Amino acid sequence: MSHLLTVEGLPREEIEEILDTAESFMEVLERDIPKVPALRGSTVATMFFEASTRTRLSFERAAKALSADVMTFNPGTSSVSKGESLKDTALTLQAMGCNLMVVRHQAVGAAHRIAEWVDCPVVNAGDGAHQHPTQALIDCLALRRRFGKLDGLRVSVVGDIRHSRVARSDAFAFTAMGASVTWVAPATLLPPSLEMFPVTATADLEPQLPDSDVIYLLRVQSERGATSGLPSSSEFAARYGMDLDRLARLPSEAVVMHPGPINRGVELAGAVADDPRSLIVEQVGVGVAVRMAVLFRLSGGQL
Amino acid sequence: MDEADVGRAIKRIAHEMLERHRGADGLILLGVHTRGVPLASALAAAVSELGEPVPVGEIDIGPYRDDLGRRPTTRLGRTSLPVDPNDRTVVLVDDVLFTGRTIRAALDAVSDLGRPASIELAVLVDRGHRQLPIRPDYIGKNLPTSLDERVTVKVGAVDGDTGVWVERAL
Repeated sequence: MSHLLTVEGLPREEIEEILDTAESFMEVLERDIPKVPALRGSTVATMFFEASTRTRLSFERAAKALSADVMTFNPGTSSVSKGESLKDTALTLQAMGCNLMVVRHQAVGAAHRIAEWVDCPVVNAGDGAHQHPTQALIDCLALRRRFGKLDGLRVSVVGDIRHSRVARSDAFAFTAMGASVTWVAPATLLPPSLEMFPVTATADLEPQLPDSDVIYLLRVQSERGATSGLPSSSEFAARYGMDLDRLARLPSEAVVMHPGPINRGVELAGAVADDPRSLIVEQVGVGVAVRMAVLFRLSGGQL
Repeated sequence: MDEADVGRAIKRIAHEMLERHRGADGLILLGVHTRGVPLASALAAAVSELGEPVPVGEIDIGPYRDDLGRRPTTRLGRTSLPVDPNDRTVVLVDDVLFTGRTIRAALDAVSDLGRPASIELAVLVDRGHRQLPIRPDYIGKNLPTSLDERVTVKVGAVDGDTGVWVERAL
């Protein structure tokens, strides 16, 4: 049984194949009838134990565009609120005939555990501050569409890296695709074991600007206690926020990315988000196609 | 079949197509991934040489297959149609016609893209053993085979060289 639980160790050829398949589904999504019968008769369960709108909706849209049926599990209104365990919840959904599970959980490793218990493919849609594989694949596709390839791109990931599963996933995916990654954050917002990641780290954004092809801004995750490592959000914005002035110091072809949802005025000025050099809308745009590719390939026994 | 045989078969099919339709007006050639795509281009070139330009597109039937669980997919290719297929004649182009299941999937795929006036089928090789009520309109070569034989079609744009080989499976 194959799963998509982490991008760490995912070889470049597999990433490229997923991106190629996603490109094919981009065409499907532009049709008058944006639907193919690939997963007809399959049931995809979305199990989001942690708040999410865009990721869950994007997975559900992807499943429906492949003609799968979707079961939406909502912990707030489910037996989890009566104390049902993660394992029993997963086994219950499996017993109802679900063929693929998409799992988001605040605990690191939740999707891995579920993958051990059930006998259907599991997609990790975010586990704590650990991994968010489909976001990394989406970011790779958005960059590949803009630059043609990721080889040689210099990516600076800026902000709350400590709490960011996106930063960790992107670090592995971008470097596998031939880019180099620098994490830019104050020491309080960097993870404790930096040597586990294929990145360099610095506390200063200013010197990075002229040498960055991509500025990847992360959301300050106040719900995970990020603000305790920060003096104030206005001071964060002053040192690490992207404004038009800093945008002007990037190389002319450089782009700005953000996984959303954005805090306008904190990680980036509103004008930066709306600038043609922002890839934020493209990131959302390719999201459904990338998730279609992942569901399609897992259902076909690949990945 | 060697490269010259393949070239002659494509030229003959081009003539048959123009004869049947009295020109190439309203025709679209649609290559089925992978090897149908360069064959469709070659066929379009042959038709153009006869003075009748014809639009050519490509289609990947991966998401329409009925055996996704049984046979893992390779990467999906592109689907592109140069013109609206509505009220035109779409000619599907593929390398080998065998069980007919690929063409069944291609018919579904084309129906999702529009409503052509009619759909026809051109294949380089018909090796028989149909499992569905599907028949080709244009055939490069009828190749009676047994089920334990393997038909390999190579097309220059994909494989480097061009030709058709039949091998008995070991």
